[in-house]
Amino acid sequence: MEMLSTLPSDDIRAIMWRYSDRFDLQMLVHSVRAVARGPVAQAVANGARNSHDWTEEKANLLNAFDTSGITSLFMEPEQGGYIAGPKNLALAIAAFELSWVDGGSATGSLAGNLALEPIHERGTPEQKQYYMCGAVPPQPGENRKILRGAFGLTEPLPFVGVETGLLGGKVRVAAWNEGEEPLLQVDKRGRFITNMDFANFVCAAVESDDDRIKGTCMIIVEEDDPGLFDRGAPTLKLVHQLSSTRDPIISQQVPAHRIIGGYTIQDGIIVPNYNHSEIIEAVFKRTRVTVGLMTAAKLLSAVEPIIRYQRGRFRGGNLEPGSPRYELGIQQKDDALHRTVTIWAMGEAAASFGFEGARLFDELAPLEDEKFKIFNEQGIRGGRAEFKALKAKEKKAIEYIQLKAKDQTQTARYAELESDPLVKYVAIDSLANVLCPAIKLWNTGQGATIMREAVSLMGGYGITEDCPGFLGQKWMDAQLEATYEGPEAVQRRQLTITLITPVFQACFQTWIDTLKSIAQSRPETGAEALATAMELWRYTLNYLQTRKDTHGVKLWGSARQGVTFPMADAFSWLAASYHQILDVVELALNGPNNPAVVEGLDSTIAFFSDLCMIQVARAVGEAGRVCTELFYGYEVDGHDDTEFIEFKTKADRLTAGAGHARDRAGVALTRVMIPEALDYPQ
Amino acid sequence: MSLTIVVCGSLVPDPLQSLIPMPTPDGFGLKNEMMLPHVLDPWAAHALYEAANLAKKVNGKVYLVSLGLKAKLQQSMMTIAQKVPFELVAVDASHSGFSDSSAVADALAAAINSIAGLDKSSLLIFGGWESASRAAGTTMQIVGEKLGIVDQFQGVDEILLNSDGSFQVLERVEGGTHQVSVCSGPPAVLGWATGNLPEPPNNPQVGMLNMRIVMPAIQQAKPATIKDQALTFHNVEVPAQRRQTKIVKDTPVPEIAREIVEWLRL
Repeated sequence: MEMLSTLPSDDIRAIMWRYSDRFDLQMLVHSVRAVARGPVAQAVANGARNSHDWTEEKANLLNAFDTSGITSLFMEPEQGGYIAGPKNLALAIAAFELSWVDGGSATGSLAGNLALEPIHERGTPEQKQYYMCGAVPPQPGENRKILRGAFGLTEPLPFVGVETGLLGGKVRVAAWNEGEEPLLQVDKRGRFITNMDFANFVCAAVESDDDRIKGTCMIIVEEDDPGLFDRGAPTLKLVHQLSSTRDPIISQQVPAHRIIGGYTIQDGIIVPNYNHSEIIEAVFKRTRVTVGLMTAAKLLSAVEPIIRYQRGRFRGGNLEPGSPRYELGIQQKDDALHRTVTIWAMGEAAASFGFEGARLFDELAPLEDEKFKIFNEQGIRGGRAEFKALKAKEKKAIEYIQLKAKDQTQTARYAELESDPLVKYVAIDSLANVLCPAIKLWNTGQGATIMREAVSLMGGYGITEDCPGFLGQKWMDAQLEATYEGPEAVQRRQLTITLITPVFQACFQTWIDTLKSIAQSRPETGAEALATAMELWRYTLNYLQTRKDTHGVKLWGSARQGVTFPMADAFSWLAASYHQILDVVELALNGPNNPAVVEGLDSTIAFFSDLCMIQVARAVGEAGRVCTELFYGYEVDGHDDTEFIEFKTKADRLTAGAGHARDRAGVALTRVMIPEALDYPQ
Repeated sequence: MSLTIVVCGSLVPDPLQSLIPMPTPDGFGLKNEMMLPHVLDPWAAHALYEAANLAKKVNGKVYLVSLGLKAKLQQSMMTIAQKVPFELVAVDASHSGFSDSSAVADALAAAINSIAGLDKSSLLIFGGWESASRAAGTTMQIVGEKLGIVDQFQGVDEILLNSDGSFQVLERVEGGTHQVSVCSGPPAVLGWATGNLPEPPNNPQVGMLNMRIVMPAIQQAKPATIKDQALTFHNVEVPAQRRQTKIVKDTPVPEIAREIVEWLRL
């Protein structure tokens, strides 16, 4: 049987991750890759990570980002960028490529965008024009200093992370002369603020400390504003050392027009147009997906170095070329192969999952703009009013999802629903509200765990600075990615709420239907087992939502994290596996149309299908374990478990053949051709 | 003075890949050749960077005439197009290293002749002196002959334009020295060695501009047959010693030199 010949090419990835029709994104891959595997890798190899300080070598990476277009990627063409429209997928690709080598470099790159995000999402036209254009590297002949920003949310201890509702930053009126713009005093102490070594502006979250200012807001301070702009002490990070992180102290006076999104004066009170929560929600809604992809890149980047290490493990001694021990090294043993396959399968699932999230947010972005426009026209403003207006569209959104899934997109009813942007928004937003936390949670959390496996497969080499692929550093970095921009508990908490909405549940049903359909044509992917595990998960969810424990307390509720959080974890396993299968189906569908991938396509699809099956078996196992623990864990006097057992047994049985898939994939690893050497230094 | 510089440059498999010659139904090829990532031939790449640098100085125009399979050309252009501004003229033909340089030169010369409005009196033909795949060292010479350009320079490391339209060329000769020649002016063929310029960083904005022309050029690429039925390779192999890859850090230059000499003596 023909086996996987080479590692997947860029053409194959472009098809799977759905940008084969966009040369701007394909160029971006190469542009960012050259920086990642060039100056970034060189900096890591030179030991640049061994210092908390912002060194010249690290600062030089900013120049590399500037000249290669990474810095201006976030901007619109009219602002000096080069990609028009939503950029979630583009930013995800950039982060993926940088993280393939070093997560800190990706964080440094993304943090500049993070600082601009509040302005991009909610800034006034003037703020957008000034800061977005200013953040584009000066072109030849331009004499100006580039604007580089930092996002100042996290508070000093004890308000570290998680509780973003508590703000230590304060804003009050410093001066307000009759007929003049108010001058505001901003006091902010940040912690773990990225880019602080070189940022010349900070978007800081603050709350009012003055009766003349209402609520909270985000406000821009610049380094030259009067007062104290102390960059603070470097954070003593164990990870992501190529990004700059400090604990700044800011006490400055700024004009009120620096409030992001502007303000109005109502009865003598300054009322920001957006409070800090509204802005943060808009920002983090997008950026967390990208973080998930950073860990996915680590897993996939580990495969080639591990294979090379395994094959070469016993060379260099008295062995003669041609002997199995010389040619295969550790690859003679199943265990090494199977564990490598597990890492690869997880990496595929994480990448498929993350890129789907990025694409979804690109789809959502114009709808969100449309929603704002409609709400403004209708005078709908504020969380409750907006919620009510969107709630009214839920039934139609469910119908829209169902018609789309049944391929009834030519019907008049579908056209009617499609023409209502709010219906589409509700449908896609409900999915985005699930995928974003699930991707962040699963990719980073499980990714960190599996990176440990990758390190262990390199033997003692794995925990040295010389480890090819920097796997040891990547293992540690993955842990940070599981933490920053909202740790795992935050993501699980959000999933607890978003997973049970009727709109998402309608979407979930279409996932099950899709898998059952795929199972007819591609049973080798394990689609049916996954569909059944999803039914088991949903059955358990419904059970938990309607039952109480022996103390009469509901099993499903915000305080019941012992129930809700594991269900969020179980769902994430299933969802990642689902998107992995979809990408393989996409490759099978569109691969034959691309002459660059036709050669060896069948064997590549067969290998990827084996990885799907392996991952499905794992997901079924993880989800089944959680469901069993929760279904029986609170049983008091016995309950009918017939249906539960049916689902559980069926799902388990349908993973039949996963062992053979693992064996086949393992053999493929012994034969796949890899480059002579890693294409970046070590 | 305005110049038109046509750079001939084909694709080669990424040199980091395992390049294993093997027989195929179409003659010799490389194992999994179509599945390997490809790059612009490094020799031709030097020529392209030098061409862009020269064109910038004289407000000239650069064409890249590239012979390769469409699918691979498209993928490779995602990188090449970001380096320097150029207009692509694509020829759809096998870029295999197991082809005859005369047939390749025929196809390249025909493609150059097809460029509309090409003024040969201001034409410089650039290309790689050698190639990372064929290394015939004859392709550019034949291209020049086919185009009727007799002023030819090979192993070029530098070109300096003079105000009177003439130019000075530095060619590599034996013993690590250069030969200095002065040419009265275009047309001329320059087969480049490495030149003096570093690889330009990727510039997506240049890439976006180039790709507007590159994509249609690839779609419209005319097929060419470069297979020579009379040419047969009976056996091809890469000396095993030469494929040994070693990765070391912080090794002093004298030590590297010593190891290379030792290796050559093996």
